[in-house]
Amino acid sequence: MQENVTAAPLLDIRGLKTHFATDDGMVRAVDGVDIAIGRGETVGVVGESGCGKTVTAMSVLKLIAMPPGRIVEGQILWQGRDLVPLAGDEMDRVRAKEIAMVFQEPMTSLNPVYTVGEQIAEVIRRHESVSRRAAMDRAVQMLRLVQISNPERRVHDYPHQFSGGMRQRVMIAMALSCDPQLLIADEPTTALDVTIQAQILELLQEMKSRFGMAIMLITHAMGVVAETAQRVVVMYAGKVIEEAPVARLFANPRHPYTQGLIRSIPRIDTGDGPKTRLEAIPGTVPSLLTPPPGCRFAPRCRYAMAICREAPPPLREVEAGHRVACVLG
Amino acid sequence: MNANAIATAEPLLRVTGLTKNFVIGGGLLARAPDVVHAVDNVSFAIWRGETLGLVGESGSGKSTTGRCVLRLIEPTAGKILFENSDVVQLNSDALRALRRDIQIIFQDPFASLNPRMTVGAIIGEALTIHKLARKRREFTERVVELLEIVGLQSDHMRRYPHEFSGGQRQRIGIARALAVEPKLIVCDEPVSALDVSIQAQVINLLEDLQQKFGLAYLFIAHDLSVVQHISRRVAVMYLGRIVEIASAHDLYASPKHPYTEALLSAVPVTDPEARRQRIVLQGEVPSPMHPPTGCHFHTRCPIRKLPLCSSEIPQLKETSNGHMVACHLRS
Repeated sequence: MQENVTAAPLLDIRGLKTHFATDDGMVRAVDGVDIAIGRGETVGVVGESGCGKTVTAMSVLKLIAMPPGRIVEGQILWQGRDLVPLAGDEMDRVRAKEIAMVFQEPMTSLNPVYTVGEQIAEVIRRHESVSRRAAMDRAVQMLRLVQISNPERRVHDYPHQFSGGMRQRVMIAMALSCDPQLLIADEPTTALDVTIQAQILELLQEMKSRFGMAIMLITHAMGVVAETAQRVVVMYAGKVIEEAPVARLFANPRHPYTQGLIRSIPRIDTGDGPKTRLEAIPGTVPSLLTPPPGCRFAPRCRYAMAICREAPPPLREVEAGHRVACVLG
Repeated sequence: MNANAIATAEPLLRVTGLTKNFVIGGGLLARAPDVVHAVDNVSFAIWRGETLGLVGESGSGKSTTGRCVLRLIEPTAGKILFENSDVVQLNSDALRALRRDIQIIFQDPFASLNPRMTVGAIIGEALTIHKLARKRREFTERVVELLEIVGLQSDHMRRYPHEFSGGQRQRIGIARALAVEPKLIVCDEPVSALDVSIQAQVINLLEDLQQKFGLAYLFIAHDLSVVQHISRRVAVMYLGRIVEIASAHDLYASPKHPYTEALLSAVPVTDPEARRQRIVLQGEVPSPMHPPTGCHFHTRCPIRKLPLCSSEIPQLKETSNGHMVACHLRS
């Protein structure tokens, strides 16, 4: 896998800041984020609700409602070209054709009044000049590819006739229908039961080995990341606080937040020992209206010192490919 | 409490043959109504001070089971013995008294607190209903005490639910359940709406409270690792039936039912070195309106033997000490 990760990244997010104007003030949802994804690489972006992982992904595709949202700073380099200044119609050519997205909620991200075939065909016809018939044939092929049985018949069904797991398969079929180079999957299995989650994760791996696209996998589930990603980016309160190859991150998490996150999850595979108390992280996530001036995790960090509360620690490399934003790093 | 003491003592709650059917549709001109077999002949027991975990996927009937125990849903059939009185037979006065002993914590901390009531009023409501605080001062003191027990502050009692985060709201829900000093709390997915770092805080709190007050929990959840952590014994449900019940250790170390095996192997593990061989089940959970004949799991089972599995309902049988399995081939 490592050899198709070439030096120049496919996607290079640099210093991204996406803020939202609200009645209470400016919410700094994403506040200086750097994430690079290489060709064919699977990068997991993890963090809890409100850490900015979804807003980062939505900023890449410029799906943020503007206003109230605004990309105030930073670059989103897609194969070297900055997407931030692109106009709507130029962005349309990138979406789906080059970068596609699968959303968390397969119930609400499909249009209930069109058949799934029409919806997949619409994506294809928007980006390629093919006949309606040919697009429908492609839709059938895509459904077969994501292992929906009887695709010739199912292509004429409406979303409500599919179960949650099947709808997510339809979403994946739609996302891959134009052969994108990057698939952004935003909590693709969160709404699904574990046995269905296992099916969808397996399908994503299979599609990846077939199409060779890169995947940006956004999730709050550390287990999902551990099993699928090659590299992991951990976000907290609008910033990247740690980044490392997956094995490194789980074996040697350097940031106190990452450590807490890993330790606060009960583990199913080490159940033989005596039951230990979970290590909870005290307190709650800070408000993004008035984030703490220094390290944003400092108010909850058990190692916090005076210096942590003064200036935000920069993300620095502690080992090859392992970067941490912590003075203790 | 050691295992033998528990085995000989009378259980706090004994559920026998619990069944709940929901009738859908019907009416004068409609065709024959459909029946959803949400809970189908479920039996289990909970002893004082222990936690029984109830796991299963959506539609397995675990929440319906929990709600039947409090009679928030009327069971279609079966017996629910709580300290030797049958919950199903109680009249409304006796039922109210029962709810001093059995309480519930809900999944959604946003939907389960009345937005127009202050936290003090929410927690104290049961004190008034059950006449547990005669004077105003007694009432306030008890509410403050409850807030402190769950790790909130006394001045929170005058605030409204929207001013709190998800984890704090779940603490309010726990304080409300504790107000009447219950013996059993049905915890219906109490941490699944919370972020992981907050989830651990609430699990630790529930464990502390169990120690302190000798509470028993029926802990309903779909997250298998959380259930393993908190439970002494675990029951696995599939399409309305319990397919396996055992001590948490036995169930996770040596699952017997092929569904339990598949369920456990589907859980992602936070160790990239241990990317395991998964048993990926084919297909999805069939509709509880028309469950498969015989063993409900036979349509997805990797080890099924036909026609046995599709014709006969497997009974829960003890395979080893306290380990019960409902499988023709494994029990």
